[in-house]
Amino acid sequence: MSRWTAIRCRRLPVSFRLDRRVPPVLLALGGIALALTVLSLGTGQYPVPPGEVVRTLLGGGSREYDFVIRTLRLPRALVAFLVGLALAMAGAILQAITRNPLASPDVTGLSAGAGLGAVAVMVFLPDAPWSALTPAALAGGLAAGGLTYWLGWKGGSHPLRLVLVGIGIAAAAQALTNTVMATTQSLRVGEALVWLTGSVYGRSWQHLRPMLPWLGVGVPAALLMARHLDVLHLDEDLARGLGSRVEWHRGMLFLIAVTLGSAAVAAAGTLGFVGLMAPHIARRLVGPAHGGLLPTAGMVGGLMVLAADLIGRTLLAPIEVPAGVVTAAVGAPYFLYLLFRNR
Amino acid sequence: MYALFRSRPGLGLLAGLGLLVLAFGISLASGLQAIPIGTVLEALTAFDGSPAHLVVRSIRLPRTLIAMAVGGCLGVAGTLTQALTRNPLAAPGTLGINAGATLAVAAGLYLLGTPSLHTLAWLAFLGAAAAAGAVYALANLGRGGVTPLRLTLAGAAMAGFLTALTQGVLVASERTLDEIRLWLAGSVAGRDPEVLRGLLPYMLVGLALALGLGRPLNALSLGEEVARGLGQRTGWVKAAGAAAVVLLAGSAVAAAGPIGFLGLAVPHLSRWIVGPDYRWVLPYSGVLGAILLILADVGARLIIRPGEAPVGVVTALLGVPFFIALARREVGRR
Repeated sequence: MSRWTAIRCRRLPVSFRLDRRVPPVLLALGGIALALTVLSLGTGQYPVPPGEVVRTLLGGGSREYDFVIRTLRLPRALVAFLVGLALAMAGAILQAITRNPLASPDVTGLSAGAGLGAVAVMVFLPDAPWSALTPAALAGGLAAGGLTYWLGWKGGSHPLRLVLVGIGIAAAAQALTNTVMATTQSLRVGEALVWLTGSVYGRSWQHLRPMLPWLGVGVPAALLMARHLDVLHLDEDLARGLGSRVEWHRGMLFLIAVTLGSAAVAAAGTLGFVGLMAPHIARRLVGPAHGGLLPTAGMVGGLMVLAADLIGRTLLAPIEVPAGVVTAAVGAPYFLYLLFRNR
Repeated sequence: MYALFRSRPGLGLLAGLGLLVLAFGISLASGLQAIPIGTVLEALTAFDGSPAHLVVRSIRLPRTLIAMAVGGCLGVAGTLTQALTRNPLAAPGTLGINAGATLAVAAGLYLLGTPSLHTLAWLAFLGAAAAAGAVYALANLGRGGVTPLRLTLAGAAMAGFLTALTQGVLVASERTLDEIRLWLAGSVAGRDPEVLRGLLPYMLVGLALALGLGRPLNALSLGEEVARGLGQRTGWVKAAGAAAVVLLAGSAVAAAGPIGFLGLAVPHLSRWIVGPDYRWVLPYSGVLGAILLILADVGARLIIRPGEAPVGVVTALLGVPFFIALARREVGRR
């Protein structure tokens, strides 16, 4: 029996094939995500038993449960999941187009650039609505990511050179962010600092909503272009020989990755290492074909941030450790492991 | 000029000291309120308590002295790191040594309340030593031993990890956050002159140790086997060098926070001026580091007037292009 199932549509000129491993893995991950969400919604200073959480979500809980769950905790959990999903998909795309297993939104400086854009808006335009952060983050992410890619290019893209240049660009963006924060004495600096660490603390529906259109465009576009990722992941000449418009596809996919990564940064700050780890875990689960890898990586990423937030809230309660600290504490050793594995 | 310094390195060092005095004067004279150089000299020789004299003596003099000491330490520490690892991308900042010291100091402030300066200094040394040891051990993992590239990447990952932990400590304690926010970005402003007085002994021991290593490092730069063949006990040289790096980087961090990219750029500039002889590269790096950090601090005062940027921001903005150019050159040859 083949590993693949071909799916063809009689009416439309569309067909694609799916790795048989993908649907069960996605279902299992979805189940875990739901269970974790229920657990996360019930945990906090005001604990709610899981049964009540489910009843409240379905619209049948008491009034105070309704307020705690649906107004306070649900948007936070959704933001955590979606941010992880966006970062992980951006990471998977970047790893494929740079053919670099170490690429990710933070390693390429994209997150730091997006953070700079968002902090600049926070500090210089204190009255701007939350939704203004996303375009600013997008501009910053595009500039930093583009600069890294351009400077890392030298007659071809070299994986480690790209990482080193990305480290430099991230440091420069971080320095500019510090400068921006030093220009003001306002209270928002403390807020911006916590936000920069990567945190879903106090996220409400007004933070979730501005993220949705960007993800609504970015995620389907990424899934539609997944097969181009498979080709680009091969050798450059081979991809061209297979009829891929390499530069065009790479540019489009880069733009999609920046959109997803920046939307995530605008919503929750720079959550380190999620975009790096999730694609690798997903590759272990469903193999390297991007049609299945992208959604799986997205689910894994969402689960990671959800879990990191839950751990951060319960580890040292009542102190909240930002989710970004948790992901970095787990992710940096994983990065080292990737770096030194069989090389 | 450059051939002259290579054949007569002592002359170049004298010129460097002259430039250092000049930079010192510029630093005392400039800021939000520019003070003419004559008044600056009067403030130093015939203090009369006027506002301009007070600004020079109680604000600008201490910060310039700290910038000078920290810059010198970082320049020498960077040179030692590059010589010991034979890695052009190595520096206390890029290898995570600064980040280790920073985490130890932040944790100390959080757990111990208000520890004494000496406790903080020893915490910084401990953090720096632990980070350096961990990075070196990590880079040794896997096949093929330590390559420059792997050491740098291991250091970057280590720095990211330690910085995240530092942020965790800061968020856990709001008080620590307010106290050390400026210090964390790397700053020489508003430091108590006592800080420098307390740390100076450690810095001097580190500098003396480093300057004594010039000749053995020359042998080591030919390669470990050659050095051993020449009769050198390379293990001792490396241990002494590592101890000096820990003392210098640790006290620099304790005084001014993690200032990045200075330790990376200075050794390259000194080697470019005076050639590869470490007996001269080390003192040149000290003088050059001091000049550059003083000037960077002047820049930090002027770029976002009337506010003031942390000096670590200026060194990062100037150092990053340097780092990227080096990365492109080093990893370009495949």
